[in-house]
Amino acid sequence: MNTANDLTIRAATVNGSGSQSANLVLTNAIFRMGIPVAPKNVFPSNIEGLPTWFDVRVSPQGYQCRSRDVDILVALNPATWHADVGDVRSGGVIIHEAAYAVTGTAARDDVTYYAVPFTKLAKEHVSDGGLRKYLTNMIYVGVLAHLLGIEAETIEAAVRGQFKRKPKAVDTNMDAVRLGIEYAANNLTKSDLYRLQPMSGKTEGKLLMDGNSAAALGCVMGGCTVVAWYPITPSSSLCESFIQYCERFRVDKDTGKRKAAIIQAEDELAAIGMVFGATWAGARALTSTSGPGLSLMAEFAGLGYYAELPGVIFDVQRAGPSTGLPTRTLQGDVGFAYTLSHGDTKHIVLLPATIAEAYEFAMQAFDLTDRFQTPVFVLSDLDLGMNLWMTQPLAYPEKPFDRGKVLDAEKLEEVRSWGRYRDVEGDGIPYRTLPGTEHPLAGYFTRGSGHDEQANYSENPVVYQTNLDRLARKHDTARTHVPQPVVDERGHEAAIIAYGTSHHAVVEARDRLREEGLETDYLRVRALPFSPDVTAFIERHERVYVVEQNRDGQLHALLRAELPANLVERLHSVRHYNGVPIDAAAITEPLLAAEKPVLA
Amino acid sequence: MNSNVNVLGLSREVYKGAASTLCAGCGHNSITNNLIKALFDYGVDPYKLAKMSGIGCSSKTPAYFVERAHGFNGVHGRMPSLATGAKMANRELMVLGISGDGDTASIGLGQYCHMIRRNVDATYIIEDNGCYGLTKGQFSATADRGSVLKKGAVNEFETIDVCGLAVELGATFVARSFSGDGKQLIPLLQAAFSHRGIAVLDVISPCVTFNDHEGSTKSYNYVKEHHAVLHTPDFFPGSREITVDYEPGTVQEIEFDNGDRVLLRKLERDYDASDRIGALRVMHEARERGELVTGLLYVDTTARDLCERERLPEKPLAHMNEADLRISREDWAQLMLS
Repeated sequence: MNTANDLTIRAATVNGSGSQSANLVLTNAIFRMGIPVAPKNVFPSNIEGLPTWFDVRVSPQGYQCRSRDVDILVALNPATWHADVGDVRSGGVIIHEAAYAVTGTAARDDVTYYAVPFTKLAKEHVSDGGLRKYLTNMIYVGVLAHLLGIEAETIEAAVRGQFKRKPKAVDTNMDAVRLGIEYAANNLTKSDLYRLQPMSGKTEGKLLMDGNSAAALGCVMGGCTVVAWYPITPSSSLCESFIQYCERFRVDKDTGKRKAAIIQAEDELAAIGMVFGATWAGARALTSTSGPGLSLMAEFAGLGYYAELPGVIFDVQRAGPSTGLPTRTLQGDVGFAYTLSHGDTKHIVLLPATIAEAYEFAMQAFDLTDRFQTPVFVLSDLDLGMNLWMTQPLAYPEKPFDRGKVLDAEKLEEVRSWGRYRDVEGDGIPYRTLPGTEHPLAGYFTRGSGHDEQANYSENPVVYQTNLDRLARKHDTARTHVPQPVVDERGHEAAIIAYGTSHHAVVEARDRLREEGLETDYLRVRALPFSPDVTAFIERHERVYVVEQNRDGQLHALLRAELPANLVERLHSVRHYNGVPIDAAAITEPLLAAEKPVLA
Repeated sequence: MNSNVNVLGLSREVYKGAASTLCAGCGHNSITNNLIKALFDYGVDPYKLAKMSGIGCSSKTPAYFVERAHGFNGVHGRMPSLATGAKMANRELMVLGISGDGDTASIGLGQYCHMIRRNVDATYIIEDNGCYGLTKGQFSATADRGSVLKKGAVNEFETIDVCGLAVELGATFVARSFSGDGKQLIPLLQAAFSHRGIAVLDVISPCVTFNDHEGSTKSYNYVKEHHAVLHTPDFFPGSREITVDYEPGTVQEIEFDNGDRVLLRKLERDYDASDRIGALRVMHEARERGELVTGLLYVDTTARDLCERERLPEKPLAHMNEADLRISREDWAQLMLS
């Protein structure tokens, strides 16, 4: 076992006890040592009292997915003490509140225990009763720093970063960290092999960011001006970040005027309605939500598709059905979002996997939605949206907005005749005008009922069917305009298809499989409708494993529905759906089992 | 000045739309005609007009006036959210929402309430006939308790008074009128256009096919017999001097932000349209008596509208480009360091 820079630290605490700051300081300190980190917050739908876990995975390769092995446990929750001990791998380390009894199932002979009287230390050294429970967490940061070899200066830099806006808090927090370091130095004898050592080549120039912030920046740079939203975990922080960026970068310092309307709507029905009202009138507009909100948006999604209205809908997916697990992750909305609403409805769906894509796809969604005059759904998930990820700095956009086929007064004067739903170029995409256009030909009547090329009400069977066929043609045009798949192909027989955050587990899984003698090709789907490249890729492979985080293999089902019959049987569904982010083993185990005949 | 054209030099023809497909004699057609006259006389710019509606007989009517304006017949009960979004995107638009009693008081009640709370600068007309026409005459939530359906069913449930509710929710302009009373409706509409903020007009509009019989409280006959008019409104654009003489104390003058005024000529009773509690009392009492009380029930010209509350710049958001909206390169570089 290589124990340098390759481990997972789990802090098991009580929700509301302020462990988040300590965990972020720890994460940042390790990152500052040049060691790749992948933090995962596994938290409850609760304000205070329920158990919460924070994993910091550290790996020299820079794997960004979760590992199911816990190497070092910081146990600060009596309610989960026994179960938490059971999660630690053999040979691992348990740092625990000294008051917990190491008896029964909490007593193991294959792990190392370090007892620390956290509560007593805090009581003796932190006079402010209100701060005490928060600072208890900083004590474990100090203990870990001593045991693993993180310099106090590195921790201090991370603390300064954490409390940028509260410089007064730096000293109090550092006092608690030093308390932990000193206690460990004077009382604990290191008897495990885990250690952290500074390294280079993996984190330089990178930063840590969450997907919702990155997406919000994409919306700002994509020219979004109207945001309507209803608070829902795990998407709320997307709109809240958008608000913060707008207050910082879109407010005129002299007049106080803000170049954005941000409305907290009464529900998701109204949120998406405001979006379509705004895009109809020519603005770029966004709503962000999660599964339950998406269900409410089904009605308007159909109007958006049929009346051909732009609009960006971010779905930061969580575990359903119904309320489900509001604070756990899943890719469970893919099938639903793709055909959201009644009738023959099909949408453009973008599937970001990384922080860079959360940003770029958000920006690109506004171009695509204007270009195609149809709602664009961006399906992120809780793991991408709310966890921190390593990323290169986000690139400044070099391209102007693509506002699509819009006829202004000047162009109307040139064409003299136009039809709102007329397919001029054969790509299925019609032209539109915006309210406020000063030309007698500009006005038309938008409606969700049957309409002809001139947008007049029509129940004519031919007109209806022709229009539906044009919409299908438009959807087909999108296949080559949406983000195309990313392919890593070297002529192997077995291949993996994945999308979104499952990608990070695939990266590690392919390394592990290679160690076992199984080489795989890999295609990552980045949008719906499928690019023709997806079918071509499947054609070139004997066995294709579709990896995703939902019970029913939703993308697998969408692929089966679109593929020619002779290719369907090449697909095999690999699914992970317990609400905790997918890890490599969830892929390697079924693949090795399935490939056993070939490997042997 | 050619009297066949308005202040914008546009003829009345410009304010007309497609032929109505509603039943002959439908109150909604009268409202449309009164609306055409109000829009023409007022001199509404067709290019700035956004005609918004939901679903139902009422919501079809935006196709029947100002053909060259943009119209949006959305989904059932959701006009308020569409209208709110449109106004946020382009504050230069004059947003005119047309809804019905089912669209507003049943399926759209939530959006109706919240549009009022937000004081979106828009005119919101409820073409109110107390029943669902397109689905053949079921009661709506504005049907009065005790009102009788054509086939004899009696409404057991309390009515939702959309005006009382609006006042309760802080609406800044609430009026009630009757589809057939152009003399009252047209100046009220024009006052609504001038009001900055939400202007709610509940217009009783009999359904000749399903709700115009004996026992209905939304029939032509019932309205005729129970109509209690609060005052006679006269609308004066800011550009025009008030030349008519009134007895002192017989008129309430309300001036809007843009300088336009509405004069409320008192009839037999004293009514103060700026008294919120008084408005609620009059509506309650009228309902007890089975009276249809009409007029400008309540107005507050001082409240900030949503555009102001959102601190929107003068330039419409819809007209902004990369230079307006993107973070500068310098700020971006800084942001990526932190």
